[in-house]
Amino acid sequence: MPTVRYIQFDGAERTVDAAAGTSVMQAAITNGVPGILAECGGAASCATCHVYVDDAWVDRCGPPGDDESEMLDCAASERRPNSRLSCQIELSDELDGLVVRTPETQS
Amino acid sequence: MGEGTVVVGAGQAGVQVALSLRELGYTKPITVLNDEPHPPYQRPPLSKAYMMGKLSPEGMHLRTSDYFERQGISILSERVEVVDRSERKVVCSSGSRFRYEALVLATGGRNRTLSLPGAELQGVLSLRSLDDASDLKERLTSARNVVVIGGGFIGLEFAAVASKSGAHVHVVEAASRAMARAVSPEISSYFTRRHMERGATFSFGDAALRINGQDGRVTSVETTKERMLPADLVLIGVGIMPNIELAQAAGLTTDGGVVVDEHLLTSDPSISAIGDCAVFPNAFSKTRLRLESVQNAVDQGRAVAARLVGKPSPYCAVPWFWSDQGEDKLQIAGISLMSDTRLAKGDQATGRFSVFVFRGDELVCVESVNRPADHMAARNLLKTGRLGGITPEVVRNDAFELKTYAARAVADA
Repeated sequence: MPTVRYIQFDGAERTVDAAAGTSVMQAAITNGVPGILAECGGAASCATCHVYVDDAWVDRCGPPGDDESEMLDCAASERRPNSRLSCQIELSDELDGLVVRTPETQS
Repeated sequence: MGEGTVVVGAGQAGVQVALSLRELGYTKPITVLNDEPHPPYQRPPLSKAYMMGKLSPEGMHLRTSDYFERQGISILSERVEVVDRSERKVVCSSGSRFRYEALVLATGGRNRTLSLPGAELQGVLSLRSLDDASDLKERLTSARNVVVIGGGFIGLEFAAVASKSGAHVHVVEAASRAMARAVSPEISSYFTRRHMERGATFSFGDAALRINGQDGRVTSVETTKERMLPADLVLIGVGIMPNIELAQAAGLTTDGGVVVDEHLLTSDPSISAIGDCAVFPNAFSKTRLRLESVQNAVDQGRAVAARLVGKPSPYCAVPWFWSDQGEDKLQIAGISLMSDTRLAKGDQATGRFSVFVFRGDELVCVESVNRPADHMAARNLLKTGRLGGITPEVVRNDAFELKTYAARAVADA
């Protein structure tokens, strides 16, 4: 089962186990990891699950899709080259150990 | 006992109150009474990702049961029968009683039914709960002819999935166009065309008259315009009725929903109502409204929690909605009620456009098709309330870009 490490803006950390096929957003939400709102429940419709993917994992997570990229431009916190919407990153064994950082604010 | 918050309903609104109360440091007991046989879950995927088999029931859970437990939030399987205001308690069908200091009604709605001959036949379904969705999904695997009665969001989201699964889909809609109550004609026409490209057919200005069957199973739907539509699966998606009976029986004011003020309080100052069941004064339309959306459920849940911890502020969140139909994403920011001017910008042929909706010179709503940046910009802009400059004349200008305009307005705010 892949694990994901979430590092909040203030440095606090949480690591959760999640089934492969779950999104990075869903794993955070169901386990109550702070820093991710996900108001639309994972439809890439709200840009409130914005994360910065750790540099070591950027390639394995891949680039954002077109719609996702447009949404990221309008996210509440600054967009960076490693920005993704966590609802669009699907966990797999390949992403076991993934590290993401949550931004200062989501809304 | 009696020193805490009791929430009736464990949908998105009810659960949000509980979560936000704890986030805000509320330390008294929180009890959420859930009348569904499942842990609290999200409804939007039922007609989309779940129907397509892309999500499991667990994948839709709002939180793990561990998390609720750790937060000291009791989610109990109970159906509330009576609200006893004088004793400040609710009585459940199991006989259990729960005393409250604050009560939150998040009772949601139930599907509107049609009293049609044949509506009880096997294969005639509606869609609101996880059980409804599982039943529909199972039957869809063998369905060849699907009739959808009602061309609203739910009906059309399901129609897209059904077409994709290989069934022929016919949509019967009483109004003259799809999603007529919710969106502008440009949006209706685009989505209708897209559904037709996937093989669906439509009858507008038509309604189901009776449903025919054989051996207890549906075989066809007859319409008022004398169409005979073959059907082995029928979805009735004609909207919901708010669950207001508890409130009515308790003597609270209702009017097409449980009536609340700008603080989401009912006519009893210890009882709030939120989400699909509540009629509230909407700051954007300047009318009393009842909204059925995740945004409304979540933001109202947060607002009530804030008030209960002593940080009240009038509810004025920007309403927004979305619908995924096939490959197309519709996103709406604002309320188009009583609007008079519409301007479509972008390319309707290729399906990337937004419709700007005005009441007089005031922008009240932006409907975006596959233009998420427009949607986000519109929400940010509506939130600032600085819409004075964005008149139909400004939008008509070829060089107008909502994203640029909104970024400037938000920076100035």
